[in-house]
Amino acid sequence: MSNIIDLKLFELVEKIKKKEISSQEVTKVFVDRSQKSKKLNSYITENFENALQKAKQFDEKPDFNKKLPGVPLAVKDLFCTKNIRTTAGSKILENFIPTYESTVTQNILNEGGIIIGKLNCDEFAMGSSNETSFFGNVQNPISENLVPGGSSGGSSSALAAKLTPATIGTDTGGSIRQPASFTGTVGLKPTYGSCSRYGIVAFASSLDQAGPMTQNVKDCALMLEVISSYDNKDSTSVDFKRGQYLKDLNENIKGKKIGIPKQYRVDGMPKEIDELWKKGMKIIENNGGEIIEINLPNTNYALPTYYIVAPAEASSNLARYDGVKYGFRSKGENLIDMYEKTRSEGFGDEVKRRIMIGTYVLSSGYYDAYYLKAQKVRRLIKNDFDEAYKKVDAILTPSTPSSAFKIGEKTNDPVSMYLNDIFTVPINLAGLPAISIPAGHDKSGYPLGLQVIGKAFDEQNILNIAYSIEKNINFKNNFNDWWIN
Amino acid sequence: MTIDLKTVKHISKLSRISIDDNKAKKLSDDLNSIFKFIEKLEELDTEKIEPLTSIAETNLKLRKDEIKSKNIREDILKNSPEDNKDFFVVPKVVE
Repeated sequence: MSNIIDLKLFELVEKIKKKEISSQEVTKVFVDRSQKSKKLNSYITENFENALQKAKQFDEKPDFNKKLPGVPLAVKDLFCTKNIRTTAGSKILENFIPTYESTVTQNILNEGGIIIGKLNCDEFAMGSSNETSFFGNVQNPISENLVPGGSSGGSSSALAAKLTPATIGTDTGGSIRQPASFTGTVGLKPTYGSCSRYGIVAFASSLDQAGPMTQNVKDCALMLEVISSYDNKDSTSVDFKRGQYLKDLNENIKGKKIGIPKQYRVDGMPKEIDELWKKGMKIIENNGGEIIEINLPNTNYALPTYYIVAPAEASSNLARYDGVKYGFRSKGENLIDMYEKTRSEGFGDEVKRRIMIGTYVLSSGYYDAYYLKAQKVRRLIKNDFDEAYKKVDAILTPSTPSSAFKIGEKTNDPVSMYLNDIFTVPINLAGLPAISIPAGHDKSGYPLGLQVIGKAFDEQNILNIAYSIEKNINFKNNFNDWWIN
Repeated sequence: MTIDLKTVKHISKLSRISIDDNKAKKLSDDLNSIFKFIEKLEELDTEKIEPLTSIAETNLKLRKDEIKSKNIREDILKNSPEDNKDFFVVPKVVE
């Protein structure tokens, strides 16, 4: 059954339910392929043996009412998984084995999913290319020595290479949508408060959200249904009525008003991206939607705001890594010396850089000038979207200002790396949902994505719009399995 | 403004991250380029704007203060780099 890997997630679910294939067959196929794909370095921790056993248990006592009946899935290594090592891509958590399960992965387990491994990511999700991981670079299956995006780079790589039928990532400033765009896959960041943050290694708590990464929009709707839930263990979890995203998925977008923000037409953006954007607008019009130019005047201030708010929250969240209760510890002459050496040796350069930015902007004398200022600008950015949504139902933009770049190309210049997230960061600041779908290729044949941004809690609408665009694009990743050995 | 070596040393102290002189130089360059980028915000007049502290404008729910986890000492100490089965162990702090 070599074609199992080519099945979509929803097809796998149907075939398992019809007893045409077993959980063991499916799990074995993805485990085998993952084992042959070490060159990609997508995994940090493998859970293959355990997964095969779980699949056997499922087949012995199957429950076909589950949404992911015996389906194997690898997940980003930022989700705490009980008894499975969870590193967040950091040396400081190299040996950390959680004694509890994150709510999002628990939801996957509750629906019959089987965790086959933990996927590589930028250290503490801080990065846009997976190059800050303590566990090494990840290869993009699209081409050798190309970054898979980040921070959910192991997730995007494993998904595009079909080592897992679907996966989940986390998105603080674009960490689901940018890697999805770089690998020709679908990634959705839900509204802040839709997926519980309980058990997710915290980066910037007012921005972090978990979300699905899949091969297509229908799979994305299914995964969102599984992972989104109200959770009293997360005080920012929102108790709203979750939709039946898969059942209500619908390509009819007649009469929908879609906004095009002129501020997203940035200097130096490749011509192909602009053309792709126009193609997206054309499809929407052909399908009965209406294109309306909108204004998001504070777009240019989103990245500077993000690089104050996110590091500030990170510096506070990462204060817990002190070498005392868990994680790596270095020897010191006294307690303070031990803290300082532990954190110096345990964190990588990008994480240290961001902790220090955050510490500085929160420090006495600078708080008002930086942190308070950024929170005020964050309000302006949110107001821009509120204003726009008086006129439109959703917004269409490119996902990224460029396609995937080579490993090592941007590591020496943090600001040029940060610019990658220019189209995704404003959405996190405003707490909105957004989906990236593959929409075409650039002249090197690398994938490019389009982003559909919705109103808060309007995931169904952006899924439907994405579905309608997807049907008219027929995107396909072209690569041979060059990494297999 | 510029972040000089003295400031870098000060932030490193506040962050509890030791840093050697070689790295401090590179870090000060990186931080300067990042702050130059961040200071674009100064263009905006935000005097009358309310800061946005949380995007989820929900009321915090109250719950009963009851113990749900019992006998989890072993679990809690399981990941500690050094313990004596009852406590976390740190370098001596009292002479």
